[in-house]
Amino acid sequence: MTAPDAARVDYLLRLGDDALILGQRLSEWCGHAPALEVDLSLANVALDLVGQATLLLGEAGDADKLAFHRDVLDFKNCLLVEQPNGDFAQTIARQLLFSTWQHMLLQRLVNSSDRFLVEYASKAVKEVAYHRELASEWAVRLGDGTDESAKRMADGLDWCWRFTPELFEVDATLQTLIDAKVAPDPRGFEDEYRSAISSVLSDAQLEPPADQRAIVGGRRGHHSEHLGHVLAPMQYLQRTYPDATW
Amino acid sequence: MSGDWPLWEVFVRSKGGLSHRHVGSVHAPDAQLALAHARDTYTRRMEGVSLWVVASKDIVASDPDQAGELFEPAENKIYRHPTFYDIPDEVKHI
Repeated sequence: MTAPDAARVDYLLRLGDDALILGQRLSEWCGHAPALEVDLSLANVALDLVGQATLLLGEAGDADKLAFHRDVLDFKNCLLVEQPNGDFAQTIARQLLFSTWQHMLLQRLVNSSDRFLVEYASKAVKEVAYHRELASEWAVRLGDGTDESAKRMADGLDWCWRFTPELFEVDATLQTLIDAKVAPDPRGFEDEYRSAISSVLSDAQLEPPADQRAIVGGRRGHHSEHLGHVLAPMQYLQRTYPDATW
Repeated sequence: MSGDWPLWEVFVRSKGGLSHRHVGSVHAPDAQLALAHARDTYTRRMEGVSLWVVASKDIVASDPDQAGELFEPAENKIYRHPTFYDIPDEVKHI
């Protein structure tokens, strides 16, 4: 390992918290999705992400302690993944924007100089390729569906759009890891990301939303009010009965 | 919502060399999502290496009322099974 430990742990938390929080968000759909089949699809994606979080947080430290005993300000996930599910279209918009980014990141992370990250990325890249595919398929169905579904899909994208610039932000921590060839530079695939999203939206007969003022800060622990509401039910049991087992 | 979607029959090949077997059905708005639903519903536990889906309405089925004329005549024709041959002990793998 060449990168300084602190930066590496921070990066593991960023990737791990992205997966954990989005996995928890998606599992809120369990039993509430528009159809039984969709319920299973979303639960499968959620389980893939929770599995990824277990690996990443386990490498950063004690996975359970990190997941269940940290406070809001200590979470390093991007703001996009903590956004509310909204309706099904908003969930799909969030999934499309995140999975496309995560997939492009993992495609590059397989060449990391860090052996753990190579192993993690090699496993996760296949899972996330499917998440991206599924979200793209649904975005097209909804955008190119009825007037109602197209409006909902456009509204969902509009809600999530301002959180995408954060995905390409590079701060000092990330720069250290980019220099050490541990992490890919996300700016290197920003154009590819924009054109991939535009291509899905074009198939969906949707216009990309107008650019809005970017909202950033998740990587530094500056979260929206939504994250606390994600953590409360997730952490309740371990907080109330510390070290409970079953 | 799923009540509005057509039904698709799902077939899974559990490993190379074996035939696809019918495992159940899913609702989906079109063929591509039917494949995704089949994957998410029936191959979560490494059940398969290949999937087919076919619109249930495209399956031509025999009429249960005709079961008598279609299937019962075969019941008393045991000579159609190759069970009347003596197999020498030296022949293996039969």
